[in-house]
Amino acid sequence: MRTVEQFSAISAQVRRDIIRMVTMAGSGHPGGSMGCADIMTALFFGVMNHDPGMWSRTGKGQDAFILSAGHMAPVYYSVLARAGYFPPSELGTLRKFGSRLQGHPSVSKSLPGVFQPSGSLGQGLSAAAGIALAKKMDGTDEKVYVLCGDGESEEGQIWEAGMFCAHHRLSNLIAMTDWNGQQIDGPTAEVAGIGDLEAKWKSFGWNVITVADGNDFEQILDAFGKAEAAVGGDRPTMILFRTEMGHGVDFMAGTHKWHGKAPSEEQCAAALEQIPETLGDF
Amino acid sequence: MKKYTDTGKKDTRSGFGAGLLKAARADERVVALTADLKGSLKMDAFAGEFPDRFIQCGIGEANMVGVAAGMSLSGKIPFCGSFAEFISGRVYDQVRQEIGYGHANVKLASSHAGITLGEDGATHQTMEDIALMRAIPGMCVICPCDYNQTMNATIAAARYEGPVYLRFGRPSRPNFTPQDEPFEIGKAYVLNEGSDVTVFATGHLVWEALLSAEKLEEEGISVEIINVATIKPLDEKAVVASALKTGAVVVAEEHNCAGGLGELIAGVLATKAPTPVEFINGGDRWGQSGTPSELLKAYGMDEADITAAVHRVISRRK
Repeated sequence: MRTVEQFSAISAQVRRDIIRMVTMAGSGHPGGSMGCADIMTALFFGVMNHDPGMWSRTGKGQDAFILSAGHMAPVYYSVLARAGYFPPSELGTLRKFGSRLQGHPSVSKSLPGVFQPSGSLGQGLSAAAGIALAKKMDGTDEKVYVLCGDGESEEGQIWEAGMFCAHHRLSNLIAMTDWNGQQIDGPTAEVAGIGDLEAKWKSFGWNVITVADGNDFEQILDAFGKAEAAVGGDRPTMILFRTEMGHGVDFMAGTHKWHGKAPSEEQCAAALEQIPETLGDF
Repeated sequence: MKKYTDTGKKDTRSGFGAGLLKAARADERVVALTADLKGSLKMDAFAGEFPDRFIQCGIGEANMVGVAAGMSLSGKIPFCGSFAEFISGRVYDQVRQEIGYGHANVKLASSHAGITLGEDGATHQTMEDIALMRAIPGMCVICPCDYNQTMNATIAAARYEGPVYLRFGRPSRPNFTPQDEPFEIGKAYVLNEGSDVTVFATGHLVWEALLSAEKLEEEGISVEIINVATIKPLDEKAVVASALKTGAVVVAEEHNCAGGLGELIAGVLATKAPTPVEFINGGDRWGQSGTPSELLKAYGMDEADITAAVHRVISRRK
């Protein structure tokens, strides 16, 4: 297992990737991606049992990951590339014509690591449940991870899936919610009042783990350890990560204003000054 | 005219149930999901014989579609069943993203389609689903005409690699196609060769077309009847060949006038073989409660309407 310092170095590079990718594309969603950089780094570099060289869309022989909140494609693509699914040099093609790195995750161009398209919200938890159910039927001990947003949890289908997973006792499913309290039109509490997610998921019969700081590797890894310990039990796990949208760059942090906006060249340069280049820019 | 015999009225949804069981016996990858409509979709026999491969999803169709897509990735062949409205319009975005754009090998089993659903009324009488599903790139759309053909189409859908929308209905209707005829996806079936006019029909209206053709034959009009059991991909070759042969076309479907088989065939003929076309469909209207026969008559989709359309189109032919 890597040290916290090693994880931090990777997530710093992931954040640089996100800023640079979205700036080059001229559009995209940097805020949520920045907030989830630490969760995604921990998952792909320390938690998941996966082998990029052996990956196929069948998911056979390894754990699977679904990004339900598809607009967080930048962080997804960065960790996939940095983990070895495809060359980091391809990150510069985000949102460009002909690229495998579509604006939202796609399987049409066979980008390694992507199981299902996402972008229309609320659907990834169901797809993950299907993969988890099939793995259970096949008698494997492989796990399925899925990342949802808190704003996304305003979609009714999330709660349909919540009932389904608990009813079918999908303990090999580890769901995560990026609980950053922000969505496009403003703070979630003002837009729709999603309320107490912890109480909601508990009442749906899930094993719920709440992480006070989802940008702290010790807390993140501790939560994943607890989640793995619950695999084989009688309920699915939901990890609620309290994160900060735009985390890592002072003028982007903690506001919905960077949900879906690309930095200018000047803003990009100012942001990169705050994040060390650790693995080499693409 | 070739004679077709009703071997006993049966509902096409029971044909689906029988086909599902046969497909499941032949291939252990076949699984079935439903949203609290196991009985209505005739999945009882499947669920009884393969309880571990039957997934009850409760009344949550959106989730069911996503679960089916996820299951298909690992090689399962999910049949995902509900009423036509709840497996098309209600979950259009899920079908579009998870199954269509996701190229998922999922079979959408769409029962109680069309106005012949009957007494439940317009909320359940789905007349838009062919248009919706046709518009999804890569989606195969199948609409068999009777119990036997629905059974055989279900078996074919299980063997086909890719997303399928399989449309069938609720009422008992004449069963007249061969019990053991393998279903060929993409083939338009010529039920009767004729020379004066072609009637392209799909689903329940194929039988109405046959009844109409018998009457027309007595008038000396020779009707070619083609069962367009696969709407997408359309058997364009068969459509064009028959239109060129007869020079007059009627298209009959239990669907809204927008985006269905009629517009599809008219579009093909406009570019490849311009031909006068008359349309039999439910128009741009909501349905209402009634018996299947009452509704087909009231909404202009029964045997007599097809006969009238044939006279109209022949009179238009130059």
